[in-house]
Amino acid sequence: MALLQIDNLTVEFETATGWFRAVDGVSISVEKAEVLAIVGESGSGKSVAMLAVMGLLPWTAKITADRMLFEGRDIQNISPAERRKLIGKDIAMIFQEPVASLNPCFTVGFQIEEVLSIHLGLDAKARRARAIELFSQVGLPNPEERLNHFPHQMSGGQCQRVMIAIAIACNPKLLIADEPTTALDVTIQKQILDLIMALQAKNGMGLIMITHDMGVVAETADRVVVQYKGRKMEEADVLSLFESPKSNYTKALLAALPENATGDRLTTVSAFFDGNPEPAPGVSA
Amino acid sequence: MTDNTMLEVRNIKRDYELPGGLFKPKKIIHAVKGVSFKLERGKTLAIVGESGCGKSTLARMLTFIDEPTGGDLLIDNKKVDTRPGHLTQEMRQKVQIVFQNPYGSLNPRQKIGDVLGEPLAINTDMSAAERRDRASEMLTKVGLGPEHYNRYPHMFSGGQRQRIAIARALMMNPKLLVLDEPVSALDLSVQAQVLNLLADLQDEFNLTYVFISHDLSVVRYIADEVMVMYFGEAVEYGTREEVFSDPKHDYTRTLFKATPKADIESIRARIAKKKAAAAA
Repeated sequence: MALLQIDNLTVEFETATGWFRAVDGVSISVEKAEVLAIVGESGSGKSVAMLAVMGLLPWTAKITADRMLFEGRDIQNISPAERRKLIGKDIAMIFQEPVASLNPCFTVGFQIEEVLSIHLGLDAKARRARAIELFSQVGLPNPEERLNHFPHQMSGGQCQRVMIAIAIACNPKLLIADEPTTALDVTIQKQILDLIMALQAKNGMGLIMITHDMGVVAETADRVVVQYKGRKMEEADVLSLFESPKSNYTKALLAALPENATGDRLTTVSAFFDGNPEPAPGVSA
Repeated sequence: MTDNTMLEVRNIKRDYELPGGLFKPKKIIHAVKGVSFKLERGKTLAIVGESGCGKSTLARMLTFIDEPTGGDLLIDNKKVDTRPGHLTQEMRQKVQIVFQNPYGSLNPRQKIGDVLGEPLAINTDMSAAERRDRASEMLTKVGLGPEHYNRYPHMFSGGQRQRIAIARALMMNPKLLVLDEPVSALDLSVQAQVLNLLADLQDEFNLTYVFISHDLSVVRYIADEVMVMYFGEAVEYGTREEVFSDPKHDYTRTLFKATPKADIESIRARIAKKKAAAAA
């Protein structure tokens, strides 16, 4: 049984000119301890699809799916109270902007202990001990002292480490990382990716890595889903995706990588692909 | 050789003073601690480094936004008097800048035509009709059309906005263009288009680029010379081949190691390693 299984997910938003389809019939499944990367440009619906899974979209969004199962359990029509029990405990998410996703009014210690008290019901002493343990696990120096710091007192990389510590606080079965390193420097990116991958291997988590960076995909993923304009273009294991991409869009993306430049101009996606996404079928999972 | 030098920087420095409080002594931050380089006409120098290493401060000094606290800046073999009020208009026109975030660098209440016409209105005595012609012409050059003249920035995508920012920078026919992370806010596919545009424009106008970036794969593609900055100092400086084939400084090596590799061999190696770890 897959850890997370989504069949034919569609998300629509109402706009002045009618319904806009942000995600169009996407099916995704993640196995236990598997790393799935979802790649796409901005506007390809990769984040929206995952926010729909988490139930974090505003009520104006229309979400339909044939099936949305987490460990065989339906997560599409569960009550908000049940969802709150699940989210943050079994499914956790790391967001793109670490500094913006922490609450500036509370210490990071408070924010991590909040998760521990709500989901695990630990008492104050145990919470503190666990928070210190988590902080040292994600490689924050002086974890005890850090608990009393506010987000603005830390760098972007450190804030992202705090976010990761909060996300893994309850040993989630599935971690969704939405562009976890886009806002960070390459050297810090490397550290954060190494950290996420080490935690994933150690805890046997399923991991969904949302990114637009083909380098990050190459370094982390087992399997890759390529999305374009809300549709799934291709799904393949990482090696075959890079070695023999099937869809034209993936080919175009790989050709646009500066390191694959031949001659003195880059191949642009539009030159390759001419804006005509081939019909989505043919990429069945 | 010397007449072909577009830009020369000698031991340039910039300190920022943090004012002290009642009990706090004032503090001086050395953002750029003496950087020197020379750049020939029509070439591209890439400056690489992490955030806070002083690369943007250097860009601000090259474009006269910030005054250096020490050192010399020579453009076209002429020493630039960077003191406020001493800059000639001619010098200002020679150097232009393109900023990182095309969403922040265009005024949302200004039409594109006015964005492009403004430098001309300020610096020249062209008539409105002439300005309009020049702006439309420039729009075509950067891959947009005259029909975009009356539109507002919000009607454009990120890549198109960056084209507009580039067009604005080119309106005064500059010789030196400072590009401060021009493609880091853009998608991969759009990034390729903008990089191609920059290459085309460089050929057409014989422009000299100072290209600031943290993405080594982009740098490798576009640069003739590369400078790596670390904590305000240039720790590595040489031609692209020198820097990429034989990095001298530890930091440069760390940087290369940290850059994700998307070639098939490294993916194979990683998967093999993972399998071995799982089997053990």
